[in-house]
Amino acid sequence: MASDLSPASRRRMQLALLLTPVSLFFAVFFLGPLAIMIATSFLAPGLYGGVEWVFYPHNYGRILGFADPAFEDFDPVYISIFLRSLKIAAFTVIATLLVCYPAAFCIARLSERSKNFCLFLITLPFFASLIVRLFIWVLILRQTGIVNEMLLATGVIDRPLELIYTDGAIVLGMVYIFIPFMFMPVYASVEKLDWTLVRASLDLGAGPIRTFLRIILPLTSPGIAGGAIIVFIPALGNFVVPAVLGGAKVMMLGNLIEQQFLSARNWPFGSALAMMVMSVMLVMLFVYVIATGRRGADVTN
Amino acid sequence: MRDSIVRLEGAAKTFPTPEGLSVTALDALDLDVDRNEFLTLLGPSGCGKTTLLQAISGFVELDAGRILIDGVDMTARPPYRRPVNTVFQSYALFPHMTVGENTGYALEVAGVARSERMKQVAAVLDMVGLAGMEGRRPRQLSGGQQQRVALARAIVARPKLLLLDEPLSALDKNLRQAMQIELKALQSELGISFIFVTHDQQEALTMSDRVAVLSGGRIQQLDTPRNIYDHPANGFVATFVGASNLFEGQLDNGRLVTSEGVSVRYLPSPASVSGAAQALIRPEQFFIAEEGEACPYLDVDVEQIVFVGSSFELFGRTAVGHKVIAEIPASRRRFIGEIEQARRARLSYDPAAVHLIRCDTDGI
Ligand SMILES: Nc1ncnc2c1ncn2[C@@H]1O[C@H](COP(=O)(O)OP(=O)(O)OP(=O)(O)O)[C@@H](O)[C@H]1O
Ligand SMILES: [Mg+2]
Repeated sequence: MASDLSPASRRRMQLALLLTPVSLFFAVFFLGPLAIMIATSFLAPGLYGGVEWVFYPHNYGRILGFADPAFEDFDPVYISIFLRSLKIAAFTVIATLLVCYPAAFCIARLSERSKNFCLFLITLPFFASLIVRLFIWVLILRQTGIVNEMLLATGVIDRPLELIYTDGAIVLGMVYIFIPFMFMPVYASVEKLDWTLVRASLDLGAGPIRTFLRIILPLTSPGIAGGAIIVFIPALGNFVVPAVLGGAKVMMLGNLIEQQFLSARNWPFGSALAMMVMSVMLVMLFVYVIATGRRGADVTN
Repeated sequence: MRDSIVRLEGAAKTFPTPEGLSVTALDALDLDVDRNEFLTLLGPSGCGKTTLLQAISGFVELDAGRILIDGVDMTARPPYRRPVNTVFQSYALFPHMTVGENTGYALEVAGVARSERMKQVAAVLDMVGLAGMEGRRPRQLSGGQQQRVALARAIVARPKLLLLDEPLSALDKNLRQAMQIELKALQSELGISFIFVTHDQQEALTMSDRVAVLSGGRIQQLDTPRNIYDHPANGFVATFVGASNLFEGQLDNGRLVTSEGVSVRYLPSPASVSGAAQALIRPEQFFIAEEGEACPYLDVDVEQIVFVGSSFELFGRTAVGHKVIAEIPASRRRFIGEIEQARRARLSYDPAAVHLIRCDTDGI
């Protein structure tokens, strides 16, 4: 009977019962596929798709520098795609942060009503389809797009600029998509910043710049770190933006993985690539947890 | 010119309200704070105490007037370039820094070398009774300890002036009294002027060299605690500081007669004095006369007698309905039984202890 249990163990049982559906869902649809992927990434690709059940480390080798001598020489193209993806994701984080951090301060100082209205505006893009929103950028950036037409008409340039299908276009698209993801955590920590601390710093003789570096920045850093993670991880694996705005020229990890699974039908290699993305994410999350575990308690106080 | 550490000349500030009106927080206020003085700002909520402090520290920009600190015009200087530090009511300790880093912040900002900084931090923490706590985090401290860190942080760089905005209001009564004594001792030890804000008149009277009573953005009276209490400049000060019985009426040859006919004697009574005035009798100045003692008195109907330990507080009304409060020392408790039974009391007073407030000097 339930009444025989101590309140603590009863609470634990209730919690376990409540969590069961979630846990089951994750076990079946997340851990399961993950295990399959890890296993697959160490198997050899079948000749016509599928896998052969032999241990085969060269999936990782093709990325990291020891290709299977039976098939090919080592080609650094994969590691360069990997690095470029890291670079684009990092630029995306920096650019979204540059937009969102000042904006968060402006919005946090508004009246309650205007604040809520601004937050609503920021979430508004979620109501429109991602693909539609990205294709709008195609219309804006392409050779005969609005920007080029305008520049040509005003005589600033005499030949259309190559705006679309560049790394820049990808970063632009990514920034556009990920701004709300960066904004929310950054705003949350800016919003709860205690301004009397800023006053105290000014009062003790620290000028605006030092006050920013010593007080405002450290106290809002959990939001910055959270936003950076939330943007960096999906940006690294994103394949929609490079597919639409990068054309065939610029490839990111997401596209490469998609290609391996859907066109090249090399599931083991696709899995190995996916595991590379995953390990970068794990390292970042690990660092984040360690850092916030140490500092978060002080900052949230 | 007076050798003052802070001087405000015609300081004025109004704030707009959301309803489109405006609030006068400082009304053309003049103030001089002496060197090495403990000055307290006392006044009801919303009278402009915080605004006055912030005008001095630079967080509130004046609409008009000037602020001089140690003779230098600081009106247009930003807060971080004024030789003034503040102890905030909420302490405002930096949560991401240790006690030592918090305390040394002003020195760090001023570019003091690390070893010298640590030495000074240790000395000032010792001064406020927190020796050896450099490594703690603010959230690991009790309220009283946080208060001390805030104090240490504000005095470590030896400002010319320390502003304290109700620093003790979050502490419990015992701790507050201990801190009052410590603050006063610290002030004379450091030789820095303190401007201290409080709601608590007891605190103001016990700690200060001078008290400024504020109301409606103006200084009603600026004087020593004793003078504020014994010789209030106007009715507002009389009622705000301490309990009081005020009788308003016309002066007439050594008496003040109210419109209802209550008559209060006072001494000395220069014959030339006449016109409208208020007579103040503090509750403790009433006494129950022995048989045959000839003093002026008021007869009252007793409504309530409250025992407060060292004395009885007697609430009554005169025949014409004027409320009177008297404080009868517990040593005279033998009269209390009689009074309780009769529900009447004859409250005597010494006419020399009656303080007259002339209405033409009334500030409000
Ligand atoms: N930033 C502001 N905006 C609008 N009105 C303000 C502002 N600061 C103060 N006031 C108004 O100015 C008046 C004086 O305020 P102040 O904070 O100086 O009072 P105070 O004496 O410190 O009161 P308390 O004892 O309650 O702290 C008040 O009526 C207040 O409403
Ligand atoms: Mg205040």
